[in-house]
Amino acid sequence: MITTDILIVGGGQGGAQVAISLRQGGYEGSIVMVGDEPDMPYDRPPLSKDYLAGDKTVDRLLLRKAEFWEKNKIDLCVGKRIASIDAEAHVAITDDEEKFQYGYLIWAAGGYARPLPIPGGDLSGIHVIRTREQVDLLRLEVENAREIVVIGGGYIGLEAAAVLTKQGKKVTILEAESRVLARVAGAPISEFYESEHRAQGVTIHTGVAVTHLEGENGRVKSVVLANGDEISADLVIAGIGLIPNKDIIEAAGAKCSNGVEVDELCRTSLPDIFSIGDCACHANKFAEGAFLRVESVPNAVGQAKAVVSVILGDPKPFVDVPWFWSNQYDLKLQTAGLNHGYDETILRGDPATRSFSLIYLRKGQVVAVDAVNMIKDFMAGKKLVEKGLVVDKASLADTDILLKSLLG
Amino acid sequence: MSKLIVVTRDGEEKILSGSVGSSVLEVIHDAGIEDLMALCGGCCSCATCHVYVDDEWISAAGAANEDEADLLEDSEHRKTASRLACQIKITDKLDGLRVIVAPED
Repeated sequence: MITTDILIVGGGQGGAQVAISLRQGGYEGSIVMVGDEPDMPYDRPPLSKDYLAGDKTVDRLLLRKAEFWEKNKIDLCVGKRIASIDAEAHVAITDDEEKFQYGYLIWAAGGYARPLPIPGGDLSGIHVIRTREQVDLLRLEVENAREIVVIGGGYIGLEAAAVLTKQGKKVTILEAESRVLARVAGAPISEFYESEHRAQGVTIHTGVAVTHLEGENGRVKSVVLANGDEISADLVIAGIGLIPNKDIIEAAGAKCSNGVEVDELCRTSLPDIFSIGDCACHANKFAEGAFLRVESVPNAVGQAKAVVSVILGDPKPFVDVPWFWSNQYDLKLQTAGLNHGYDETILRGDPATRSFSLIYLRKGQVVAVDAVNMIKDFMAGKKLVEKGLVVDKASLADTDILLKSLLG
Repeated sequence: MSKLIVVTRDGEEKILSGSVGSSVLEVIHDAGIEDLMALCGGCCSCATCHVYVDDEWISAAGAANEDEADLLEDSEHRKTASRLACQIKITDKLDGLRVIVAPED
């Protein structure tokens, strides 16, 4: 049995930040971090962007070099998976029966890419983008692929499509909804990205249902749609969302819904167990208190700091405005806020100029801003959302008026 | 390798060395200086790696690019010497560069 003051489960951004901030705050107890990936903590967002494109090496993906973890006495146990937790005894056990006695446990286990739930979904040549290992495998197979089908028109799928079409691949995106980014953005944003991708040579089919995948010798060869169309594919990428890792902690007794439920200080329903990052579900004040998970680096980092504040005895909840970014081609999309429950959008600027924003209102309040190549609107948007301001709509739409001048 | 001098938020001056081609941010992080959050991982999408370039080095380091300037514009701590550490690449010409970590916004 290994005894540790802090056991961090998950070697991603959130887990790493807990360890980093604890040491930065002068914490001297023992810290063990257990992650099921073989890598030291790394930056995940580039996986679907620079790393997929081959513009960023593994070394430069790492959040810190190996010496950092050693020097700070943070014990990284990579390639290990916690399989069960005895919350009362404060013991976590790996799938190879290694036991950790902990003081505090931080469940920062993230999630895994949703597998294709259709016949043929297990053929070889079908890829997902969540881990460095998965993307290495994808990159290897991309070399010999000509036709690539991306199932799912969300951020990951669009980012991958942007990279691959630039590499000269024939890319087709299939989206079940009537437009890409349907779950996360308003129609003008979807229309804009569809037209940009089409202009770059990507084929997009929206409102299509994939019924199954056809294979040959165990390898995918085409994707079949409900309307009978068959699209040939040397390789398929499924970008259909994330499933939070919660089964193990749920089995240990933690209250879970669409993730591990936590309070404003990231405490779970179990004693001395916190949860942060992609897997943690919290009442978000920017979404009228709705329980949701925020899949982003700033959220993982902010929640990590909230946990550290509790451990160091000066509790500070994490209540920053959520924000996100997505880089495709030369387009920088930045989102401030959550458009949860929006009832109106205001277009600011002309999408044809490739620099514009979409502002989301809920009962007149600015709740989110999607800014495309419009950093000023993003920065001001964050503040508008934070203040929850009701602003004159004509002014919001008028690009001659700086958004920040509306902050009052 | 190129020399980089960093003044941390608590006023300590640290002498680091970074390889040509890496960013000032990467060199600072590799040295275990945790002042800069760099939430976007260094892709010029946030403003959480704000530094001031020492007066003597301003022209060698160059001005902030347009995106960078927009990100920095509303910082309470903006100065003419403001840059984002992720956007300054270490070069031979910048051997000896001195930067000061800006206060947190």
